[in-house]
Order: sequence, then C-alpha cells, then structure tokens
Amino acid sequence: MTDFTKLRHSAQALLATTVALAFSTAAIAGGHGGVDLSGKTVEFVIPFSESGGSARWANFYAPLLSEALPGNPTVVVRYRPGAGSTAGANWFQEQTTDDGTLIFGTSGSTQFPYLLGDPRVRYEYNDWNVVLASGTGGVAYLPPDLASMMDGLDATGLQGTDFLWGSQGATRLDLVANLAWEMLGMNVEPVFGIEGRGDGRLMFERGEANIDYQTSSAYLRSVMPMIEGGLAAPMMTWGALDGAGNIVRDPTFPDIPTFAEVCEATPACATEGASWDAWVAFFIAGFPAQKMVFLPGTASADLIETYAKAFDDVIARPDFDELAAATLGVYPQMTRDAGAAAFKLGTQVPEDARAFVVNWLEESYGVTLK
Amino acid sequence: MDLLATAAPALGEAFSLILQPQQIMFLMLGVLLGLSVGVFPGLGGIAGLSLVLPFIFGMDPVSGLALMVGLIAVVPTSDTFASVLLGIPGSTASQATVLDGFPLAKKGEAARALSAAFISSLFGGILGAIVLTFFILIARPLILAFGTPEMLMITLLGLSMVAILAGRVPLKGVAAAGLGLMVGTIGESDASGSLRMASYSIPYLTDGIKLVIVGLGIFAVPEIVSLLRQDRSISRTGGLGSGWIQGIRDWWANIWLSVRSAFIGVLVGVIPGLGGSVVDWIAYGFTVQSAKDKSQFGKGDIRGVIGPESSNNAKEGGGLVPTLIFGIPGSGSMAVFLGGLALLGYDPGPHMVRHNLDITYTIVWSLALANIFGAGLCILLSGQIAKITTIRFTLVAPFLFMLIAFAAFQSSQSLADLAMLLMIGCLGILLRRFEWSRPAFLIGFVLSSQAESFANQAVQISRIQFRRDFWQGMEYIFSPVTIGILILLVISVVIGLRQGKQILGDSNPPTGSKRAPLIFLLAVTAYVAIAVYDASTINVLRDKIFPVTVGIVTLIACAALVVSMMRQPETSPVFADLESGGEDAEAPHGLWTTLGWFAFLLGLSALVGFVLALTVFLVSFLRIRAGVSWTRAVILTVIGIAVLVFLGGTLGRDFPPGLLQDFVKLPWPLT
Repeated sequence: MTDFTKLRHSAQALLATTVALAFSTAAIAGGHGGVDLSGKTVEFVIPFSESGGSARWANFYAPLLSEALPGNPTVVVRYRPGAGSTAGANWFQEQTTDDGTLIFGTSGSTQFPYLLGDPRVRYEYNDWNVVLASGTGGVAYLPPDLASMMDGLDATGLQGTDFLWGSQGATRLDLVANLAWEMLGMNVEPVFGIEGRGDGRLMFERGEANIDYQTSSAYLRSVMPMIEGGLAAPMMTWGALDGAGNIVRDPTFPDIPTFAEVCEATPACATEGASWDAWVAFFIAGFPAQKMVFLPGTASADLIETYAKAFDDVIARPDFDELAAATLGVYPQMTRDAGAAAFKLGTQVPEDARAFVVNWLEESYGVTLK
Repeated sequence: MDLLATAAPALGEAFSLILQPQQIMFLMLGVLLGLSVGVFPGLGGIAGLSLVLPFIFGMDPVSGLALMVGLIAVVPTSDTFASVLLGIPGSTASQATVLDGFPLAKKGEAARALSAAFISSLFGGILGAIVLTFFILIARPLILAFGTPEMLMITLLGLSMVAILAGRVPLKGVAAAGLGLMVGTIGESDASGSLRMASYSIPYLTDGIKLVIVGLGIFAVPEIVSLLRQDRSISRTGGLGSGWIQGIRDWWANIWLSVRSAFIGVLVGVIPGLGGSVVDWIAYGFTVQSAKDKSQFGKGDIRGVIGPESSNNAKEGGGLVPTLIFGIPGSGSMAVFLGGLALLGYDPGPHMVRHNLDITYTIVWSLALANIFGAGLCILLSGQIAKITTIRFTLVAPFLFMLIAFAAFQSSQSLADLAMLLMIGCLGILLRRFEWSRPAFLIGFVLSSQAESFANQAVQISRIQFRRDFWQGMEYIFSPVTIGILILLVISVVIGLRQGKQILGDSNPPTGSKRAPLIFLLAVTAYVAIAVYDASTINVLRDKIFPVTVGIVTLIACAALVVSMMRQPETSPVFADLESGGEDAEAPHGLWTTLGWFAFLLGLSALVGFVLALTVFLVSFLRIRAGVSWTRAVILTVIGIAVLVFLGGTLGRDFPPGLLQDFVKLPWPLT
C-alpha cells in the first residue's frame, strides 16, 4: 500500500464520522421555516462559560425566542468567557452587526466591574440598547440554633458569634451580602476562592460554614429541603423593588423579612447614611436588574421593536410561569419602559456609594482595583 | 436489603424507559455525535453538548436525556484516538493515556493499544454504573464527609504522583512540578484577584494560561516536532504489529488493575470540586506503583493505557452523583448537562434521588449503555483508524498543526492563544530535550489552583475552629478520612522515590556538553525567582503565600540541581540532552527549522487570518517539505480546509482573524 491509499483509508474513517456529524445535526436541526429572519442564525452571546447561571438563563430563553421572532430563526447561545466577563463585554462594545443576528446577555458580574471602575472595563452600557431585564432575589440563611439567637427581627444576638461563609470574591455579587452582614454588626469572615454559590452551600451543609445566601432559584431548589429537614433556617431576603423604587418583601418569599426590616430593628444598623445608600445601590445593580439582553448600539428602532415584541410574546406565553419557575424564579421579566427603568437602576450608582464601596473593599479585604 | 428493595422497582422502571426503540435511537445519535466531536482534540463534551442544547427544549424528556447522556458518555472514549495515535491529549481525561499509548503506537502497536483502551473504558463505564446504582442512595453523607481538608489531601495525593513520574533525576521532577505549580498561578488569584506575573494591560494573562493550551504545548507540540524531523511514519516499523484482539487479551490479563482503577475513577469523580483532572494521574500513578516490572512504563507498557482508561469513564458516572443529588456540577460538561436537565423540566437536587429514582437510574444506565455502544464502535474502527500511524508522518503533520491550532484557539478565541501555544510548545520541547519530567510539570500545573484554594480555605476555616475550641479544630483537621488519605500519600511518596528510577530502566540518556542543560536550568531558576519576587510585592497575604512558598521550594530544588551539575561529570544523567545523541540528534531535519514551520503558520495567521494562512501553509508545506506534486498538495489542502471549515461551521466556532481582517471585511470563514 502506498502512503496515499493508507491516507485514504484513514480519511474514509474520518469522513464517515464527519458525515455522521452532519447527518445527525441536520436530523435534529430540521423543522424550522418561515419568513423575515428565517434561515438566519441569531447569536445570543454571553461573556461567560457554558457552566454558569447565565448560561442556564440564556439557554432557557434561546428556544423561546426562536419561536417568538419573526421567521423563527435558529437562536444559538455563544460563549465568550474571560477576565470575569469583561473580555466578552469589551468585544461586544466593538460590534456593529445591525441585522438582528447578534444579541448580548450580561449579568451582575458584568455590571459590578463597570460600576466599580475596574481598569479592564472598556465598555459603556449607555451605548447599548436594552431589550430585556431579568431580576432575581437572594435569601440569607443560618443553622437553626444560630437563627434562634435573633430576637424577632433584631440581629444583635448574632454579634458575638464567629461566622464563616464561602464567597466567590470580594468584588463579586457577594459584596451585597458581606456589606449587609457587616452593617448588622456581625463578624462574618468570607472564605474566598470558591467557584460557585453551590460550593458555598455545600460548605454550609458540611458544617464548615455557618451562614450563607443563595439566589432565589437555588434557594427554592436546594435550601428548602434543608429547611424542611431542620438543618437550616431563613434569616432575611435582600428584598425586591416595587414600581416606585422602594424595597419591599420579595414576592417569591413573602413570609421572610427583608434586610431593610432586620436593619431597622437592629440598633447597630441604620437604614440611612453612606453605608445604607451604598448597599441599596449595589443591591439594585446586582439583583432586581441582574441579567439583561442588549442589541448593539447601531441597531435600528425597528429592530429594537422587533425584539421587544418577541420578548413580550415569550413572557405572555400561557406556560411561561411554569417554565420559568425552575430556572428564573418568580420575578418580573421586564421589557420596554420597565426594562429601561431597570437598566437605569442597574447601571448607575451615585458617586458617593461607589467611593464608599471601593474604600470599604480596600479596608476590609485589602482589595484594590488598579 | 433495604437498599435492594428501594433500588429494584426503580431499576425495572428505568430499563423499561431506556429499552424503547426511540430512546435507543436518540442514544445512538448522541453516541455518534459524541464520537465525532470527541475525536477532535480540545473540543470534547462541552462543545458537543452546547451543539445539541438548542434542540433539547421541547423534546420528550427521556429522549432528550438519552441524547445528552449518549454524548457525554463517549467523549472520554473517543478522545483516546488522538492520545494514542498522535500523542495529542484529546481532553483532560486522557492526558495520562498519552504516556504509554503513544509509545505503543510508535512501536507499531496502535491497534492493540486502542482496543485495550476501549475495552477498559467500556468496562470502567459499566462497573461505574453498577457501583452507582447502589452508591447513589447512600452517597450523601459520604460526600458531606469530604470537607476542605479532605479535598486538600486528595489534591496533595495527586501531587504525590510526581514522585513516581519524576524520571531519572528526582530533583528535576520536583523542579518541573514546582515550575508547573508556578505557571498555574499566573493571572488573577482565585481568592482576591491580585495579579501574579500578569498585568491589566495584557488582559489575556489575567485569566491565566488555559489547560488545553498547556496540554497541547507540553505533549503534542514536542512529539509532533520530534516525529516530523524523522522522515517516516509514526509506527517505527511502518506496519501494525499485533491487532486489536491482542489488546482485549491484554485487558483481560490485567482485569484487577482495571477494576481497581475503575473504583478510583468512581470515588474521585463523586467528590464535587475536584473535577476530573486528577483522576487519570492518580490511576496512572497507582498502576505504576503496583506493577512489579516497571521498566517499560513511559516506553509503551499496555498497563499504562488500561489503568487511566478504566478510570476516566467510571469518573463520568461518578460525576453524576454530585450533579444529581446536590445540583453541583462535578465538571464543565456536567454543568452544561445540568442546564440541559433544566430545559427538560428536571430539577436536580436531593429530591432527584428520593422522588425521581427511576429517572436517576435512567441516566446512570443510559450512560452504561452508551459506553457499550461507543466503545464497541470504537473497537471496530480501531484497526482501520490505527492505519494512520503507518502513513508517512510528513503528510499527517500539517493537518495536526491545523487541528491543535484550532483547538488552542477555542480556549479564549484570541490570537494570543496561538502565541501562547507556541511559547508553551517551546517550553515543552526544552523539557523533553533536557529530560525534565513533562508529566510532573503538567500535574503541578493542573493542581495549582486547587492546591492554593484548598490550602488557603483549610487554614482559614481551621483557624476559626481552633478559636472556638482546640479539640474541635483537631477533629476538623484530623478526621478519619484525612488520616486515611495521609497514609496513602506517605506510601505513595515512599514507593515513588524508591522505585521511580526503575521506570526508565537502566539505560543512560545521551549527554553532551554541560552548557545547554545548565543554561536551561538557569533560565527556569530566573523565571521562578522573578515570579517569587513579583508575588512578594502583593499586599494581600492569602494571594501571595502560595506562590512565594512553592516558589522558594522550587528555587531550593533548582539550587540543588546547580550544585549537582557543578559536581557531576558531563556524562551524568543530570546533563541529559536528547540533541546530543540518539534519535533526535540523527534526525535529518533540524529542530528549529521544523518548529519554524509551525511558527510560520501562526505568524501568517496574525497577518491574514487563520484560514488564509492555513491554505498557504498547507500548500507550501506539502510541496516544499513533503515534496508531493502540486496537484496532490492542492487536493490535500482543499480537503483539509473543507473539514476544518465544516467543523467550525457546525459547532459555530470562529477562526482567528489577523491584521488583514481589521481593514477588509471578509465573509465567514475568512473573518
């Protein structure tokens, strides 16, 4: 046999697998057709890897969006992780695709570096067009014996305990929790460097950590069974925003008090002043407007309207609540004016609040953003 | 018996769900897809799953499960092709397989190595499923017994494998592992984000260097370059010796090794937070330690294939446990799988085992069934695909350069990926040339961030435990599990140090002048010294303690090496230099001109983009270096580009753009 016939044999085997790939993709890809964006592929880019919460959120919306957009284009989720999501956002800043085949999804992890003035940020939220804002909430919880040391809403009884919790990093979403506990006069030491909030919960279950918080859907799924088994007790939620921008009880957890209520009842904590304002600002940036979908700055008004309508249609689906419950929790999915309002709250913090947090991060954790 | 009473009805239910024509069809579809994707290095399960995710929504749940599970199950099987045949670690799961699999292919025994690997994978997958069927019911307390100190101990156990893989001169192994650990700390720290050997003005470095690139650079690039310098086929004999049936006999002769490795796979896979990256190294290390005759390891011992391959499929099954009962993914592909489950309406968590036991078993046994299909298919194909090792390598190599460059680019879709691949590739070539253990370097790199995080966390948590109560602290650190692993660890190091030298037999490496090995050692020492200095300027203690400590230990090892170099004569193994004797020295083509071809591809990519550069590279390489006719060169180039573009198109992956693309707007795939 010559080299070439041998090459051919190997190539044949390779070709066979390649054809299998083509065939099987075609087999599952079939069944789309229509007009407008039909035949096109919409890329839903997120600046995260395949394995995070944002990937779940994007993959939840992608097929629904495909059904709602005119012409039923294929919507695929693309991942551009890197540099704590700033790499992907910097990339999106330079995109000019204006035929509706590119949308971009961000999360609190993209907002916080932007708000804190991280030197890697070269993107400008105000250049983009928001078409959807998804909110979420968060719940802090304790072991039952420690929870019973609270006097009603007054958290003073917790001030003498050494608390420990698993945290992803001082500048991440977790700063909302760190700041809240510190304001209550609690001595909570974060164990940094865990990979996701799930690992933090595992640390709590193992008894290494004795306080933790989870976002709503994870709380419903994984902490509720612990509460039913008497292994944990809720402490407080971060709350939710009403139409007027006030912090009210979280609609998903109407029976659990908010941080605002606990703070009010605890002498060491005040619902006014620099630290309160900073907490509120970063809570709003991190939770009620946690995840957003954008079109590039060059998108036409027509296109923005098309997407707004598509998201409206998705949210109006009769089975949406049921579908969303597991992935997103019961929170407002905001489009148009509501989305724009959430966008404004999520991407702007007063300069005082920003300066306070930057200073607090450096003093408490030695973290500088330079 | 309670266990059986719970398991039996759900198991029956699961089998009646799986064994439907439609489910089997989807399972097969998943298997085929997984095989096609897994064959290409650097892609693996995550890419395959992301490909089907858009179609999962709205599928019948059991079919959707079958599709995803089929895909996950076979990736650690099919990536063996690249590891054994080409010396390219297809994914993290098959890095250890390269060590003996590729030498076997060079001996002309590729078919044997492949079939032994596949039958081991198959067996590991099934054994994993059987263990899981019962284990998943009682796993919860056991998983919770693995706290941070226990995870740290397992990580250290993985690191202890350096002892047996250190090579002829143990000090060089220690220095190589230390260098690996130091390279692993580059970028933002996990704890507080301090920068180490990086700067915000080079954003690429802040993320650290990716495992895919290090794996390709350390193993694939040096092997491809070295083979390319000899103008012959991978198989030294030019033929295929013993066939695939021999491989199955080999596996049967080592059945207990396979059982033991599969158990290691399930157990390590079950613990969340460790990930799959240590499993194959631990399995490989134990395989070597427990073997009587160690002289053939690293040169093509079939046991070195059977051990890691039995463990890596069992690990996928083990990884299901934390994914399903805690909703915490054990690996990247499990995380995507978790997202897919949510789309199907399942919500993994403690209740998954309690209330949806039939579904849980459906997943576990679909995995086993997919293993049977996948590995069976691979065994059938192995004889044919193994023929690639009998082709003149000069005709294969340009396509391998194409594949590894594409694979490397997937890690962050930046041109810097390619530059980094070239740099790490040079390091790999030098490590190989001066006989610094590459496995030791890779183990150090892989475990670096885990070792740092777990060490910092364990110290922090235990400090608080001690503050509360001394005995509580002691109990926390010295749990039965940590003590058990500690004993294993000590045994592992002792055996490793006593027997590690036997691995390469008694032969002496070629040595030349003292100068080249000394220069390399000094360069490594200088890098480590700079890295230690850089880390010492960090303000946050928890971000600097690990690199400084590890760096100082590495510097001590380097200093000891310098001393031993000064004392030993030129012929001592410490001066090993593959360029001064043996196969490499006699090669018809030079080292740097061969590497130059690869650099040419990458450099041209930076100018005109990957696809255009590749076209020029393939034609000119085939014409000039391989000496084939213009017609054939063009035909082969067209085929190569077509496969690549098809692959990129199907998986939705872009190709690296160059300077040209900044000025001219070109249609995909030239963008």
